[in-house]
Amino acid sequence: MNRGPSYFSLTAMVLGFAFLYLPIVLLIIFSFNESRLVTVWAGFSTKWYVELFRNEQLLQAAWVTLRVAVTSATLATVLGTMAAMALTRQRRFFGRTLFSGMIYAPLVMPEVILGLSMLLLFVAMDQARGFWTIMIAHTTFTMCYVAVVVQSRLAGFDRSLEEAAMDLGCPPLRTFFSITLPQIMPGVIAGWMLAFTLSLDDLVIASFTTGPGATTLPMKIYSQVRLGVTPEINAVCTILIGIVTLGVIAVSITSKRQRLQQERDERMAMEQ
Amino acid sequence: MAKKPIGPVRRAFAPWDDPAQPAFIEFRNVTKRFGDFVAVDDLSLTIYEREFHALLGGSGCGKTTLMRMLAGFENPTSGQIFLEGQDLAGIPPYRRPVNMMFQSYALFPHMSVEKNIAFGLLQDKMPKADVDKRVKEMLQLVKLEPFAKRKPHQLSGGQKQRVALARSLAKRPKVLLLDEPLGALDKKLREETQLELMTLQEDLRMTFLIVTHDQEEAMTMADRISVMDHGRILQNDTPATIYEMPNSRFVAEFIGDINILEGQISKKEGDQIQLFSSVLGDHLDIVQSIDVNVGDKAALAIRPEKMRISFDKPEGPGINAIPGEVWDIAYMGDVSIYHIKIAEAVTVRSIVANTTRLVERPITWDDKIWLSWNRDAGVILTR
Repeated sequence: MNRGPSYFSLTAMVLGFAFLYLPIVLLIIFSFNESRLVTVWAGFSTKWYVELFRNEQLLQAAWVTLRVAVTSATLATVLGTMAAMALTRQRRFFGRTLFSGMIYAPLVMPEVILGLSMLLLFVAMDQARGFWTIMIAHTTFTMCYVAVVVQSRLAGFDRSLEEAAMDLGCPPLRTFFSITLPQIMPGVIAGWMLAFTLSLDDLVIASFTTGPGATTLPMKIYSQVRLGVTPEINAVCTILIGIVTLGVIAVSITSKRQRLQQERDERMAMEQ
Repeated sequence: MAKKPIGPVRRAFAPWDDPAQPAFIEFRNVTKRFGDFVAVDDLSLTIYEREFHALLGGSGCGKTTLMRMLAGFENPTSGQIFLEGQDLAGIPPYRRPVNMMFQSYALFPHMSVEKNIAFGLLQDKMPKADVDKRVKEMLQLVKLEPFAKRKPHQLSGGQKQRVALARSLAKRPKVLLLDEPLGALDKKLREETQLELMTLQEDLRMTFLIVTHDQEEAMTMADRISVMDHGRILQNDTPATIYEMPNSRFVAEFIGDINILEGQISKKEGDQIQLFSSVLGDHLDIVQSIDVNVGDKAALAIRPEKMRISFDKPEGPGINAIPGEVWDIAYMGDVSIYHIKIAEAVTVRSIVANTTRLVERPITWDDKIWLSWNRDAGVILTR
């Protein structure tokens, strides 16, 4: 019996992947283009990468983006984890349903509205806009993603572990750090990475809340593209894609390895 | 009703019979409500030092809630809990000198066996050398020394159970709480572990409180059993008293197998009582000192192993005998259970030990036989 994929599913798969990845592959290929014209192939070259590292403005923007992403993701992870704890642990408090609904709202809220409301808030507070305002804005909109991810991890968490720790003399705060946190760590890390990538590629909210001297990479790319796409931009994007891909591969390899180790251990335990 | 111990070796452990004995754990009029649901209902219970006490009941009877209140995970809605005379109200679980072994074992998955055992000791800032020594002792006690470096998921169910036990014993708590500790083990391992727990409790001279729904487990291990239902204790007594002298139908039927004959008290002279059973149309004799009046509705409860069957009517003082017919026989190997029809739609069970290896039993299906028991074999139940 033929167990291989049918022609139909094979075609569907090829088309699907082509739809998803063809633009990206083209972008990567053209980043190695010799020509100044983006759409005309003139031979292989890495000169745009060299050029890129001489472009102070672009590097500056990349540095701002990275700083914003790391700080906002970290802050969002702390706040989001706290929110998830409160929503899963406090069985009943006034407005619980409202709060748990509100945590999902930013997930579906148009970014333009989020960005605009942030801008209005900062204006009303007479806050000079720049690095910090982008960072705060990114923290607020990524926090809910972290909360959702951590909440799902907490839902499968055996609360008797915490009770056991307390029973053995461990006060609640220490219990959180020595028992709960290590257990929900995969969720927390996933939340952090989600927040990090969301912040990394955000254009809309950053444009609303930015100020002089705090241009992020997406903003820079967008403004340059309006003047015409240069192969330099392609090179920047290729590097970004490379970083994200490496991250995804690293995470999946470690989780796969953990799972295999776990299976081996369980088999070993059963055999005794 | 403590009986004198037989033989000179073992002194009976019965502090509950000694009025001078101070309470070790005391629940005083404890009530716990969850919303409208009353989990524990105005319950009082005294447990003595070094006692092995079992809370026995079906699910939802309040036994686990009662234990969790002692551990500090739940607070009573009203009433007080004392440990060595100290009111435990307001003391959080991490400051109570009791430790619990959880039903799910609740081993910390990211810590090795020895780290799990050391966890409680490190909370008390015990010096490193002492911690190591105690952990080693505990590993020896539960025979898990070769597994010290393993993580919980690298252990079998029985090994996990022992780690959980070692961890809860490591701090030498005043009371060890065991929440269905053997529920996840298979039958053979469970029986072994029961014996080990009993030996351990005697060696460590510790007070154990166990929650279980398994009557056999409670009977085997406990010094006293509290049978619970709907948040109340129906009877708190030694296993033998609970079995032989149940105080209510619920207790009688919850523990072991029992025959119940409904009737009405027809005569009472001291402890000589007669019960009239309308289905049998006969008066049954019972010897029991119990506070009942002629005319009261009551039931006679007799364990199946106390009912004898024979072809001839047994004669003699103090013997009740009624005619019946063998309805069904269940051969169990060591014993056979005879289902005897004594009236229309009324059958009782009699357990007969299979003392010979004859495959053909002398008494068999449809035989007309006599069912008899001694006057002091059954108990009168009024509720």
